[in-house]
Amino acid sequence: MSEPVLTIENLSVDYLVDPVVHAVRDVSLTLRRGEVLGLAGESGCGKSTLAYAIVRLLKPPAMITSGRAVFHARGGGDIDWGDLGPEDLRAARWDKISMVFQGAMNSLNPVISIRDQFEDIFTTHRPAMSRRDRRLRCGDLLESVGVDRGRLTSYPHELSGGMRQRVMIAMAMALEPQIMIMDEPTTALDVVVQREILRELTRLRDEHGFAVVFITHDLPLLLEISDRIAVMRDGAIAELGDAYQLYTQPRHDYTKQLLASFPSLTGDRGSFLRESA
Amino acid sequence: MRYLSRKLGFYLVALWAALTLNFLIPRMMPGDPVEIMLAKLGQKGPVTPESREAIEAMLGTDSSRPLWAQYGDYLAGLANGDLGVSLVFFPAPVSSIIAQTLPWTIGLIGLATIISFLTGVGLGTLAGWKRGSWMDNLIPVTTMFQSVPYFWLALILLFLLGSVWPVFPLNGGYDVYNVTPGWNGPFLASVVYYGTLPALTIILSSIGGWMLGMRNMMVSTLSDDYMVTAEAKGLRSRRIMMRYAARNAVLPSISGFAISLGFVVAGSIITEAVFSYPGIGSALLQAVGGNDYALMQGILLIITLSVLGANLLVDLLYSVIDPRIRARG
Repeated sequence: MSEPVLTIENLSVDYLVDPVVHAVRDVSLTLRRGEVLGLAGESGCGKSTLAYAIVRLLKPPAMITSGRAVFHARGGGDIDWGDLGPEDLRAARWDKISMVFQGAMNSLNPVISIRDQFEDIFTTHRPAMSRRDRRLRCGDLLESVGVDRGRLTSYPHELSGGMRQRVMIAMAMALEPQIMIMDEPTTALDVVVQREILRELTRLRDEHGFAVVFITHDLPLLLEISDRIAVMRDGAIAELGDAYQLYTQPRHDYTKQLLASFPSLTGDRGSFLRESA
Repeated sequence: MRYLSRKLGFYLVALWAALTLNFLIPRMMPGDPVEIMLAKLGQKGPVTPESREAIEAMLGTDSSRPLWAQYGDYLAGLANGDLGVSLVFFPAPVSSIIAQTLPWTIGLIGLATIISFLTGVGLGTLAGWKRGSWMDNLIPVTTMFQSVPYFWLALILLFLLGSVWPVFPLNGGYDVYNVTPGWNGPFLASVVYYGTLPALTIILSSIGGWMLGMRNMMVSTLSDDYMVTAEAKGLRSRRIMMRYAARNAVLPSISGFAISLGFVVAGSIITEAVFSYPGIGSALLQAVGGNDYALMQGILLIITLSVLGANLLVDLLYSVIDPRIRARG
């Protein structure tokens, strides 16, 4: 478990607008194989920018000003994501690191069927795969997230929000990547569906052993599903630690503040924090 | 299937309404075709009352019969493909005039419209995909061509390319002196040669709208969430451009294309007048000038049918390319 799969070193991202916004400042992180790393923080703290920076999906005016993200392949051999040429970068995306996005509802193309959006992945990354195998695999993937195989012929508008997000998760697993970055995957969903999907995700993680970077502003949720949690503020990591430890013994003031801002079901405001800060 | 039958039902009602209007409008216009015909004959000699009756019967404008009876005759005639006899091109039947002129119009204007749509949408796709490149500067130029009055643009081009530098012929549909109409090489080459300049004017004057519309839809589509997903999926950029961006951005342009396809026949009048092209627009112009009810009705009928047909076609096409429409129908 302790072997790293992704190392982020001194990563900084600026938005080159006037005045320049330092969205991510000097972030260093290590993601271990098979762990769930929670990335928490308030809106606008740079969580999503960091995620996009890892896979180089940032668009101008955003620019990576320093640092690097190095991917450690399973069989050994490191890949510096920033050194890849456009074609290698394209081929590495989804195959090594896949993503599930914030706008779950709009992440699917509304005028192409689910099957075509699935098969896109295979025809691009696994051109040798036969049509039969592709179809079979798409169905299997859908079923693994609890969506009926028959839904393949559906279009996104015929599915509920929860189903669309499940479909996205199934797609993210298509190439069996070693890392899955989830950018607020459950934010748009109600708590019941959210719970189901998280349970599903934990199970899949246990089966396939991919590492997850789970980004959310919902700290209590992270406490439940993460192995380790990084709390971000103003583009920098304020505190990084074991989930349980962070919950019981938060060191940084901001972490305490965050924990204190969530109400408990039974107690007063702030009583979510066990050892009162 | 229900969607289809509902659509077809709607188009049938529209067709009936169009046919009825087509019957009524020429009869409300001032001027009596029978009188005109009689005046023409009167120049050659005295006219008997019998020949007046004969002409009325032939033209289907027997004023002694009530309007509804004329309407019945009109519908019965339509059902048999009988559109009456033309006055201007007497004694040719209207159907044969239309059969002669329609291919010219469809060939010229139809092809020009399709070429304009395809190039405009293609250029718009590229301009939107590479926003801020030199392609963007092409748009003001093309919209300028669109904003000048069409007949003026056509006349200027005709003057420059037909008279000052005689690259293209001044008028006509083919070289009437040296080639014989039919499926032979010289004739077809001549048709293409004579049609190039009129087609060019149509393309120049309409391409700007297609390009601008497509470019803007591309830009707004590119900022949609599923575009980021497509990129994160590691798809090739060509595939993202065609399958994710252009595929979605082209939808509004397609309905615009339907409308312009419908106006292929109707919109030909100015083009054909400027270039003296032997199409249906020229025939309509002469029919109006000569109070030729039958020919006018026939041509208006063709225009109506082409508008309805083009709209039906695109309605059906739309339901194929946009699944969201299908679901609601």
